[in-house]
Amino acid sequence: MKLVLSQEQRQLREAVRAFLSAASPPGEVRRAMESPDGYDRDVYARLNGELGLSGLIVPEQYGGAGAGFAELAVVLEETGAALLPGPFLAGVFAVITLTQAPDEKLLPALAEGRLTATLVEGVSRDGEVLNGTAGQVLNGLDADVLLVDTGDALVAVDAEAATREPRLTLDLTRRQARVVLDAARGRVLSTDTAALARARDLRAVALAAEQLGVLRAALDSVVGYAKIRVAFGRFIGSYQGVKHRLADMHCKLEQAESIVRFAAWAADESPADLPEAAALAQAYVGRACFEVARDHLLLHGGVGFTWEHDAHLYYKRAKADEVLLGPPRAHRARLADLLEL
Amino acid sequence: MNLDEYRRAARDWLLENAPKDDSPDIAQAKDFMARLYDAGYSGITWPERWGGQGLTQAEERAFAAEARDFALPTYVFSIGLGMTGPTLVDRGSDEQRERFVRPLLRGEEIWCQLFSEPGAGSDVAGLQTRAERDEARGARGDSWIVNGQKVWTSVAQHADWGLLLARTDVDVPKHRGLTMFVVDMRHPGVTVRPLRDMTGRAHFNEIFFDDVPIPDEHRVGDVNDGWSVAVTTLLHERLSISAGVGMSGQKDDPTSLEALRQAVDTTDPLVRDELVELHVRSRALALFNQRLAQETRAGLFPGARGSAAKLLLAELTLFRADLATRLVGPASVVGDSPLAHAISLAPAMALGGGTNEIMRNIIGDRVLNLPPEPRVDKTVPFKDLKVGTQG
Repeated sequence: MKLVLSQEQRQLREAVRAFLSAASPPGEVRRAMESPDGYDRDVYARLNGELGLSGLIVPEQYGGAGAGFAELAVVLEETGAALLPGPFLAGVFAVITLTQAPDEKLLPALAEGRLTATLVEGVSRDGEVLNGTAGQVLNGLDADVLLVDTGDALVAVDAEAATREPRLTLDLTRRQARVVLDAARGRVLSTDTAALARARDLRAVALAAEQLGVLRAALDSVVGYAKIRVAFGRFIGSYQGVKHRLADMHCKLEQAESIVRFAAWAADESPADLPEAAALAQAYVGRACFEVARDHLLLHGGVGFTWEHDAHLYYKRAKADEVLLGPPRAHRARLADLLEL
Repeated sequence: MNLDEYRRAARDWLLENAPKDDSPDIAQAKDFMARLYDAGYSGITWPERWGGQGLTQAEERAFAAEARDFALPTYVFSIGLGMTGPTLVDRGSDEQRERFVRPLLRGEEIWCQLFSEPGAGSDVAGLQTRAERDEARGARGDSWIVNGQKVWTSVAQHADWGLLLARTDVDVPKHRGLTMFVVDMRHPGVTVRPLRDMTGRAHFNEIFFDDVPIPDEHRVGDVNDGWSVAVTTLLHERLSISAGVGMSGQKDDPTSLEALRQAVDTTDPLVRDELVELHVRSRALALFNQRLAQETRAGLFPGARGSAAKLLLAELTLFRADLATRLVGPASVVGDSPLAHAISLAPAMALGGGTNEIMRNIIGDRVLNLPPEPRVDKTVPFKDLKVGTQG
């Protein structure tokens, strides 16, 4: 089991961090999230081009870099910490899913960033024909291709074949759409339900990595504030009422990071451990991320409740992420089943 | 030998040598420790020069993982192995290392640690036990005389030696007037009295020093530099607690998921959710400890981050015992239920080795680098300072 980053992984982290702090600093995040697209296409073009992130975990035979989840987790921590707006996670979910049902047309296009895709669930299938409504498709308006997981198959369908409407979302940095498929004809990519289940676990691991980044950024931010904000003649970080809460938040960070490293290792090296690791990651990291983002907001005092301050962006992302893959009790119930309780 | 072979060899040795007897006496424990040392499993990471094996954390963790399945009689040696021994390796003179480390590792001599006092717990630098130079009393020779009282001292009733923190100067601020010594626990001026704790057992002792002499060659570190030595010891203490060094017999933990699975109705959804919480929290901490160990192996010393592991263990220990009693119900609090003992013992981890509040201070000050609290005790000479409990 490998729980510590390698030299190369730390370098990757530095590269992504440096890029995002220059290309997508907090002011830019706000501008992008309020823009018509909801994100900056130039930033994505450079992320995919200069840093090659769209093909990071795509096998080399399909034109990707062939990296593992340990590397993907490092990247998602940084995009999470930066609250990068737009379809980055949706794209990662799509790529993860396709690596479990490799398609020679779609995978190279996604790896190059020529094509964007997102995952759709909750739709029924009759052969190659899809019917139904998915109420909350991640970045559904931004995708060229919909990858529909019907439970018994993975079907690719042209996004133009669907009716799509934008939804209002709590988290303004990440949009959702209602997608209606009315006798839409797609192409069945896989009927391997074990592979689809594995893809679901891998998506849970990926999300946990993003949550770890959100958690870390929120904690760093409030620790920084506690060192400069003065009340009653002292820096607020010197009061035990504040210091002890920050210490508890740090403990959550340490455990969350340990679980994410474990889950990434399981994804890369230990398939037998993956289901438990994925459920554990969502059961622990999702909650920890929201709790830290919440306390980060509260410890800022009144300014944390304002629109201008970024605290609510972390808070809302943390909440949206916590429930993204279903109510948290679903992950806990899964864990109970895996523990044979 | 690769790690898997090392681990297999350790397991074979343990199967062969671990005592079958449930509660061996001190002589049997010492006999086991000698065999453990001779087999190369005591002081695995300690320097070869002083009698250790000079191996890495990887071997130590591998052995500890195997040892968890056995109830090894190492408890009386745990203070020496986890705290006082590492302190001597780090800060002792070569003569002290030569004299003390090998007998400690081989279980020939038992050690205790003498820091806390009735008036100095979290604020241990406020301690009042005095060590005065013998010449002040008109005697000859370069030695010290100790008077005072210590408390919460585990295994002192069996100890040959104690690592003693005492005040050597009252005219300077409290942290600057302390010195560390090795004291002979068999001296007639040392009185050891068992202290009954809330479990009804006597895990601890209180110790009285009545004109106990200490030769100057048993001083560890410089005169009035005892605080920095103590910090070394406390760091080792937190790491050894979180790593479970010297602890064994966890296989019978009545608060574990495996034990509770047998004791409660796991089809009840409410019970299931509680057990999931138990699993999640236990797993989170176990993985954190493994990560710290891997970092240590990679040359990244965890330092104050060990305090986070210790705090989490304290909270988890209380949570587990509390949860287990709530799930099992009335039967957990009668007769010889192991859960009655577990819930009585549970607060110990949150108090010993630094309270949870002290751990949070350390994390805040040294990991997060938050501004320190204003202190009124840092510049005042000790003799002018309020200490202990003031009526």
